[in-house]
Amino acid sequence: MTLPTAAIPNSPTLFITTRAGDIRSVRGMIGHSVMESIRDAQIEEIQAICGGACACCTCHVLVDAEQVELLPPLSAEEDALLDGSSVRTLMSRLSCQLEVTEKLDGLRLTIAPEE
Amino acid sequence: MQALDVLIVGSGHAGAQTAIALRNEGFAGTVGILGKELDLPYERPPLSKEYLLGNKERDRLLIRPASYWQQQRVEMILGRRVDCVRPDERYLCDSDGRKIRYQRLVWAAGGVPRTLSCPGAELSGVHVVRSRADVDGIRDALASTSKVVVAGGGYIGLEVAASLVKLGKQVVVIEATERVLARVAGPKLSSFFEAAHRSCGVEIRTRSQIVAVAGENGRVSGVHLHNGDIIAAQMLIVGIGIVPAVAPLLDCGAEGGNGVAVDEHCRTSLPDIYAVGDCALHVNRHARNTALRIESVQNAVDQANVAAKAIVGKPVAYDATPWFWSNQYELRLQTIGLSAGHDAEVVRGDPATSTFSVVYLRQGKVIALDCVNAPRDYVQGRKLVAEGIACDQALLGDASVSLKSFCA
Ligand SMILES: Cc1cc2nc3c(=O)[nH]c(=O)nc-3n(C[C@H](O)[C@H](O)[C@H](O)COP(=O)(O)OP(=O)(O)OC[C@H]3O[C@@H](n4cnc5c(N)ncnc54)[C@H](O)[C@@H]3O)c2cc1C
Repeated sequence: MTLPTAAIPNSPTLFITTRAGDIRSVRGMIGHSVMESIRDAQIEEIQAICGGACACCTCHVLVDAEQVELLPPLSAEEDALLDGSSVRTLMSRLSCQLEVTEKLDGLRLTIAPEE
Repeated sequence: MQALDVLIVGSGHAGAQTAIALRNEGFAGTVGILGKELDLPYERPPLSKEYLLGNKERDRLLIRPASYWQQQRVEMILGRRVDCVRPDERYLCDSDGRKIRYQRLVWAAGGVPRTLSCPGAELSGVHVVRSRADVDGIRDALASTSKVVVAGGGYIGLEVAASLVKLGKQVVVIEATERVLARVAGPKLSSFFEAAHRSCGVEIRTRSQIVAVAGENGRVSGVHLHNGDIIAAQMLIVGIGIVPAVAPLLDCGAEGGNGVAVDEHCRTSLPDIYAVGDCALHVNRHARNTALRIESVQNAVDQANVAAKAIVGKPVAYDATPWFWSNQYELRLQTIGLSAGHDAEVVRGDPATSTFSVVYLRQGKVIALDCVNAPRDYVQGRKLVAEGIACDQALLGDASVSLKSFCA
């Protein structure tokens, strides 16, 4: 796989598995949310209707089990919103609540199944 | 004459989402968005919140990056206003007299902020909050402003008040009715927000009306109230609702009035013309099947999806449960359903802790919830509203009983 980000320093690469099972490499913008990075890469399977206000549950992703500890813990609000999802797992996160940092380089995420 | 398979009028949330949904549905025809503003489609909710505060850059308001529209072949025809529609010949004209032909037209023109009609309303220093440019105008003038009057105690007025107080301004909110949020929430939520704003230093005057705007050298210097009071201020922000932008459609015979009337597939009474978003007057199950317009991102997105599905021949009726949010200070309000027409309100939790929710009922059934810093009630209450579940009020009022338990 070629990484389109190789030339851009400090720009972590995220690997996103779509519902169709394709793996897409996505350039994360440091300081932006993971949701924005996925959306701007034209992966249309997340809707992110509220635009990152943590007011809906339409940017749901599942984190690779081995990488959960890379991420900050859930807030009570994110936890509550995810509880409304019928497809929540222990790996569930709202991608609008994850800020892209250099630490996230190589993060593997799967778009949560449609509810 | 330029011709498009689907022409969308309005480059706001509903217009953008219509194009996105068409492409996601696999629509391969030509699609264009014609809009009055020069910006690519952006989100309005941050305008009164993070953007006004200076915590979100302009590019991050965009609904999609510029590359999306190019790659998805959505033509952006920006900086142009539609003046007339010719439904029989299927074309429209813009303000420069240019014509564009369409197969399907989607009207997503939103609304224009209502302005004050009193003397002085046109003075410099009088602002509205609808577009990015409006908010840039406010931000540019803030350095020379210490005191602001906000006309209108709706969500936008209150969010603006909260942001301006955080920026160190003195703020007075003038509300004509007896309480803030009167149009959208019950009295308990209104009094909570009034108290919250007052404790942060905002002066709120209800049952109060601006009868004239005073000026000096063409600039706002204060407002005169109906009771004779004068409030000195360098800025007046008017947040008293919108007038739906539907004149070109009504002029050519579309049914409507307060908006353009649409059926459950967002079709207007004119052939192959749809309407979505803030301007669409639709019959809503959550409003006892009366016709209304809903001004929210949820409604804009869901109606856009409905129109796109109708256009590609996979019609589904609009039947979404309304939801909304508003952020003021550290208070995060989340609303589900429409509370208008309720005959009972039950408070869960103690408003004094700033964590509580108000459940609205009608004839014993839950029709809406306003949840303040209470996302769990918001999530669990959705089903109560969607299905109109009857609940025992005493139990509902016990915050230790989860709303989930009423769904069984
Ligand atoms: C400050 C603010 C804060 C908000 N906060 C929230 C919130 O927290 N949560 C929430 O759910 N909703 C919120 N809303 C409401 C939400 O933004 C609107 O419901 C949504 O933008 C409606 O989308 P729309 O496409 O119908 O209209 P708009 O987004 O208004 O888009 C309509 C577009 O059409 C253009 N237009 C109008 N007439 C013409 C014409 N004749 N020719 C060409 N173009 C035309 C307009 O210039 C505009 O660009 C907020 C709105 C504002 C203004």
